[in-house]
Amino acid sequence: MLSAMILLPVAAALLVLWLDDAGRARLVALATTLVLLAMGLVLWAGFDSTTAAFQFTERHELFGGLFSWHLGIDGISLVLILLSVFLMPLCVLAGWDSIRERVPEYLAAFLLMEALMIGVFAAMDILLFYLFFEAGLIPMYLIIGIWGGKRRIYASYKFFLYTLLGSVLMLLAILWMIREAGTTDIPALMAFDFPAEAQTWLWLAFFASFAVKMPMWPVHTWLPDAHVEAPTAGSMILAGVLLKMGGYGFIRFSLPMFPEASVELMWLVFALSMVAVVYTSLVALAQADMKKLIAYSSVAHMAFVTGGLFALNTQGIEGAMVVMVSHGLVSAALFFCVGVIYDRLHTREIDRYGGLTANMPRYAVFFLLFTMASIALPGTSGFVGEFLALLGMFRTSSWLAVVMATGVILGAGYMLWLYGRVAFGALDKDDVAAMPDLKPREWAVMLPLAAGVLAIGVYPAPLLAPLKQPVASLVARLERAGPPAVEVSRPAAVAARARAEPAS
Amino acid sequence: MIGILVFLPLLGFLVAGIGNRAIGNLAARLVTTAALFVSAALAWAIFLAQLGGEGAYTVTLFEWFTSGGLSVAWALHVDMLVAVMLVVITSVSALVHLYSWGYMAEDPSQPRFFAYLSLFTFAMLMLVTADSLVQLFFGWEGVGLASYLLIGFWYQKPSAWNAAIKAFIVNRVGDFGFMLGMFALFLVFGTLDIGAILGGVADRKGATFAFLGSEVDALTTIAILLFIGAMGKSAQLGLHTWLPDAMEGPTPVSALIHAATMVTAGVFLVCRMSPLFEAAPPARDLVVWVGAATALFAATVATTQHDIKRVIAYSTCSQLGFMFFAAGVGAYGAAMFHLFTHAFFKALLFLGAGSVIHAMHHEQDMRHYGALWRKIPMTFAAMVVGTVAITGFFYTAGYYSKDGVLFAAFVRGTEPARVAFAVGLFASFLTSFYSWRLMFLTFFGAARWDAHHHHPHESPPSMLVPLALLAAGALFAGVVFHHGFIGEEGFWRGALVHDPDFYHRLHEVPALVHHAPTIAMALGFLIALRQYVLKPGAAADFVRTFPTLHRFLYRKWYFDELYDALLVRPAKRIGGLFWKGGDLGLIDRFGPDGLSGLVGEGAAAARRFQSGYLYVYAMVMLVGLAAATTWLVTRG
Repeated sequence: MLSAMILLPVAAALLVLWLDDAGRARLVALATTLVLLAMGLVLWAGFDSTTAAFQFTERHELFGGLFSWHLGIDGISLVLILLSVFLMPLCVLAGWDSIRERVPEYLAAFLLMEALMIGVFAAMDILLFYLFFEAGLIPMYLIIGIWGGKRRIYASYKFFLYTLLGSVLMLLAILWMIREAGTTDIPALMAFDFPAEAQTWLWLAFFASFAVKMPMWPVHTWLPDAHVEAPTAGSMILAGVLLKMGGYGFIRFSLPMFPEASVELMWLVFALSMVAVVYTSLVALAQADMKKLIAYSSVAHMAFVTGGLFALNTQGIEGAMVVMVSHGLVSAALFFCVGVIYDRLHTREIDRYGGLTANMPRYAVFFLLFTMASIALPGTSGFVGEFLALLGMFRTSSWLAVVMATGVILGAGYMLWLYGRVAFGALDKDDVAAMPDLKPREWAVMLPLAAGVLAIGVYPAPLLAPLKQPVASLVARLERAGPPAVEVSRPAAVAARARAEPAS
Repeated sequence: MIGILVFLPLLGFLVAGIGNRAIGNLAARLVTTAALFVSAALAWAIFLAQLGGEGAYTVTLFEWFTSGGLSVAWALHVDMLVAVMLVVITSVSALVHLYSWGYMAEDPSQPRFFAYLSLFTFAMLMLVTADSLVQLFFGWEGVGLASYLLIGFWYQKPSAWNAAIKAFIVNRVGDFGFMLGMFALFLVFGTLDIGAILGGVADRKGATFAFLGSEVDALTTIAILLFIGAMGKSAQLGLHTWLPDAMEGPTPVSALIHAATMVTAGVFLVCRMSPLFEAAPPARDLVVWVGAATALFAATVATTQHDIKRVIAYSTCSQLGFMFFAAGVGAYGAAMFHLFTHAFFKALLFLGAGSVIHAMHHEQDMRHYGALWRKIPMTFAAMVVGTVAITGFFYTAGYYSKDGVLFAAFVRGTEPARVAFAVGLFASFLTSFYSWRLMFLTFFGAARWDAHHHHPHESPPSMLVPLALLAAGALFAGVVFHHGFIGEEGFWRGALVHDPDFYHRLHEVPALVHHAPTIAMALGFLIALRQYVLKPGAAADFVRTFPTLHRFLYRKWYFDELYDALLVRPAKRIGGLFWKGGDLGLIDRFGPDGLSGLVGEGAAAARRFQSGYLYVYAMVMLVGLAAATTWLVTRG
């Protein structure tokens, strides 16, 4: 099943290139991504949430058993695969009309990327993971570099430089680990106890790679440029899924493989997360370009993920996962919202718009919903994630939670200001007033995203259920390293009485 | 029944919101208004059942989310406290829906308006029926959203949408405290279910935990954090700046959201959590100080404003201060009683003001009013009822509730309570003064409007009927319910901390104290009468004599200017600085751009370099993997 999900889009990519016809290529790409979505739902339906074990495993030895085509998913992988296959058809639809040049190549890049994304989340062999993880960025480079905006060269070059640094260090760390543990099997590595002093260096090497992907402050500056230059669908998939690879890396590698180092170095993550939230939120406030603003807000939201993960408790990690999924939907939706009006007016400058509620009321409603989800209004997916993540952080460090929670205020500031300047105000610019409301194709992208955001906001249980067991075993493993937690101390007399009356 | 009550407004919102122009104005109005009247009828039925001794119960709908030890469900809780809120919310909302038929008759986006009103009502109902603080927060933010949408309803006006954003963000500052309070609650209690928390308070007296570097008392810290949330929503001093600006919204909105219901959510929160506040005396003292300060501050500002709605907005702010210090001195019943009566007379005043504004073609400046009582006599009568009620004239609603609040502060007798009593008394005097000032400026004196331009006309029945019903409430809510709210044990039944003996002592205050509110009221009336009716020009003389004082009050103690200079502008400036200086000037300059400089001669080299980067990258990866494999094979 998982192999099929990886190979199908590759085959479809080849087919699309072979067809070399924009119209048919679009249909093939859409059909493929929909089939993959259906396959993802089948995975979900057949998934056993009562265990932390990897499921749907497949293993084919390569290179004499040192490197194996070893696939499998646990709840964490499942959720991220679902996110990927859910977003992909929407991305294809998003670029349906706006991409006119080299359409088959464009769609092939997307299909290839889908294969690699599923591969990243399903790989159970660390070298296979590395392959998918690094190769997944190649289609993204192409998408930015070929179908991007004016400064696409600079943006993709910056993207490349950052990523290169991290991946070299990670590869070295992986090699050392394989030598030490004598296996490339991820579950075996997750259970392997690396010596504490080595953990620190390994952790830092992985951190270099994942922090760039997240991205964490101060290695975030590639993201705004990449987003600004990328075509709409590229931004959607970049923010929606590629950024989640960093978070996935932390939860799959850094935390379970190096628990002692994670406890030892959590302060580093906390410090960077706290700076990120305040710093990037303020920077977002100063942006005049819509995509840059949303890109900076992504950095701030990803800080909730890192903060939550390194709170090292159940709520923190589950919250971080929900933030990842929620941000995947919401940021993709927000970039699409930008794309919709960019397609009409061909500018991302916020001040060129204004008063859209009057001529694009339906668009304004969707944009409002996603704005509210971005600022974590209860009832939307953003709230469940940020609430749990912050709660988890508070249990570990009140300083962390207090500083991170300021993001809730600042986030409302830049998002509402953006929304106000775009959707409210007088409709006094003729070209803006001439913009038509949503087309059916745009409805088809907006509606599923809106439904997802609200469904997770009101009833996230189906999403949380597969996470319970993997997170529980992860937390149990982290317990060993003695993560710090805020203690509540009660006066002896009161505590004694409470013990005597456990019923209360 | 409670389910139908809560979800009917949501249904109304969905029908009017999604149907919008497709179903048209009339259908949207009918559906939302009918839904609200049914809800209001159910609310009164629930209230009567509670009066009859039905007792508290909870209807659990379904799980919201669970994570580790935290489990949150969607549930509807009903007890006497909730029933009181249900009655207030649905009654005022139903009347405001009806009133809006007339008030918004000429507006082009009526379905949107009615949809928002219903959305607000739904969120408010979810807030008060919450069994878990997280659901309460859902409602809390939901009303914030509805408030944002309604303040910015006339979104074409920059002032409207700026006010909407301001309201949301200032509330977020309060929510910041609320959220931290919830986290601390979970830390200390291991649950966010309100019932379980209140049941566990006694066991956790004296508990401490580390918060921001110091070991703090758990209950006090939690209570203060929650109160910060309440301060935001209820526009208490420091976080009040959004409320006057919120008057940019249509007047029915001001009556429903910014007078009768949403802004009282903070008071409701404190009362709902009353056992917690009882166990945290320092937090209660803080509540008293803040409440008293707000009561005074807002009343002083109200005396100088020219915009009729702003006067009433500051009045609301001030009355909320009364409710808070009542809660702070432990008289939760009195706080709720004042909340209850205030909902009627303040909604009445706002809708009356709306009727005046409607008559004057959306002129809100009282300097352009005058001599209107003959033109719009019904509105005038309604406003008189509202004014006598708010000033506490004998046997009106305000007479019972405000006097109850003041006497409770006096009887409590602690230092903050005594101060609150004195401040409250002075604020009562100011209340009477500014309320009558509003009446005299609007309805008496010379007509200061252009008779060619304005043709003041009485409002249609859809607007007058709600006024009449609210006027009845403003007159009789006090005399009917004061035995319950601030008296017998059988009324609250444990829904909040209630001590009947304490309320008995309210009847035994010294004669001077007993008559003090009435004297303050009379004094305020007489001075307003002299300044604005008997001696026209006296008010202007006063302004000339004390220009600094007047400007200080007129500019609202300079809070907006202060926040703008200290917070808003620096935030934008620092943001720009971080971006240009931090991201571009430091990180990029010494990071990627610097690297490209090292590789060759700046941009030109970067261009040459980039054309091959993909291959370089793929090569590095493949070489790496090949090296790894080789190495492992040779080792193996």
